[in-house]
Amino acid sequence: MSVRARARLRAEPDGRGGSALPVLESDGPLALRRTRSPRPAYARVTVVGAMSAPLNGDHLAVEAQVADGARLTVDAAAATVALPGPRADADPSTYTVDLTVGEGAVLHWLPEQLVSASGSRLHQITRVRLAPTARLLLREEQILGRHDEPTGALTTRLTVHRAGRPLLDQQLAYGPGAPGGWDGPAVLAGHRAVGQLLLADPAFEEGPPPSRLLGPTAALTPLAGPAVLVTAVAPDARLLRGLLDDATRELLDGLKEDHP
Amino acid sequence: MSRAALLVLADGRFPAGGHAHSGGAEPAVAEGRVHDADSLADFCRGRLHTAGLTAAALAAAAAHGLDPLALDAAADARTPSPALRATARRLGRQMMRAARATWPSPELDALAAARPRGAHQPVVLGLTARSAGLGPEDAAHCAAYETVSGPATAVVRLLSLDPYHATAVLARLAPETDRVAQAAAEAARRGIDALPAASAPLLDITAEAHAAWPVRLFAS
Repeated sequence: MSVRARARLRAEPDGRGGSALPVLESDGPLALRRTRSPRPAYARVTVVGAMSAPLNGDHLAVEAQVADGARLTVDAAAATVALPGPRADADPSTYTVDLTVGEGAVLHWLPEQLVSASGSRLHQITRVRLAPTARLLLREEQILGRHDEPTGALTTRLTVHRAGRPLLDQQLAYGPGAPGGWDGPAVLAGHRAVGQLLLADPAFEEGPPPSRLLGPTAALTPLAGPAVLVTAVAPDARLLRGLLDDATRELLDGLKEDHP
Repeated sequence: MSRAALLVLADGRFPAGGHAHSGGAEPAVAEGRVHDADSLADFCRGRLHTAGLTAAALAAAAAHGLDPLALDAAADARTPSPALRATARRLGRQMMRAARATWPSPELDALAAARPRGAHQPVVLGLTARSAGLGPEDAAHCAAYETVSGPATAVVRLLSLDPYHATAVLARLAPETDRVAQAAAEAARRGIDALPAASAPLLDITAEAHAAWPVRLFAS
């Protein structure tokens, strides 16, 4: 029996310098919990996996809105593991994330890793709409297979629009059934952990940080719009997270006033 | 459509500057990831299905008549590496010069005026195909083929690989190149929101590293 679930949340300014959560709806395996935020101006929501998901055939969705002037951090209690599930003939699972960030609002979207277990098939779609003065810190990590197993089939697409214009559009496809060469010298060259860290901030209109290598398999690059993207590949999840954590710290240090 | 016009546009001697670029093969060779004909084939296959599909769809969309400025913005969003954006615009400017001399058209003039420092090369390529009376499939084939022929030619120089072996790599990839071009043209007919955005993390990362090399044989 496949699962169809849609979780929703919405953050709004609470009028006292913080952010309230007038909408916080869990659904099926997507359990949302309000947790204590170390940043006083931010509301914080932690996604708690209530059961193993997605299995092939499941359709999961999360919708988050950050109203004008609100600040929200969303993180997760554990990695998401895409699993094959009981039915070999099931369709691929889907995991759709829709994020909207209003004027002067801030969203830190920092889920844990997405692990593609052997035999699983998952399409992940993340769509973000940013108002012109919205700020976004977004991290995505794809781990191809659990320890010492071949990867499942994973496709991801990350589409970000800012002020109605495309800011970033990236599609990745790995594993059985993916177009040839995905593990070859142009794409992954055997690396099993892939990550993106996006920071969009109107402060970068003045000139984003210059392009820089963060080691041999990671680069920080200014996009054509006011944003920077860190693209990294690594042998495993731990090394990848280390790279992205260092980059996050450094980027936010440069923007302390905007992400208090 | 004129088959001969397609040959003129796809000819490696068409004066659009592509020969100075390795399509990421130079850093891949330097790091030992491409070292013989088999690893070249794997590199080309990966590039074909990522950067190649994306470029082919942009070219097909421009040939189909979609707004070239919207496509140029879509190309920017699909190119996180500033080194690769600069390369795409430089090549676009060179192709524009050749195109306006070869198949002049008001649409090329308008894009040249709107993007004097160059639009993304696949968009210019697609519009050039349109000006030459060619269709989306033709433009997609040119763009897809370029994404593999560039690295194959470069690796002959970088590794002293036997040119017969490099050409055999391209010949064996031909059926996949056809499929990528077909998929790109079909996506282009569904509109700008349907265009693929397939990307290759290592191509983006190593392009930045390569751009900082003090001495290199190829511009990208």
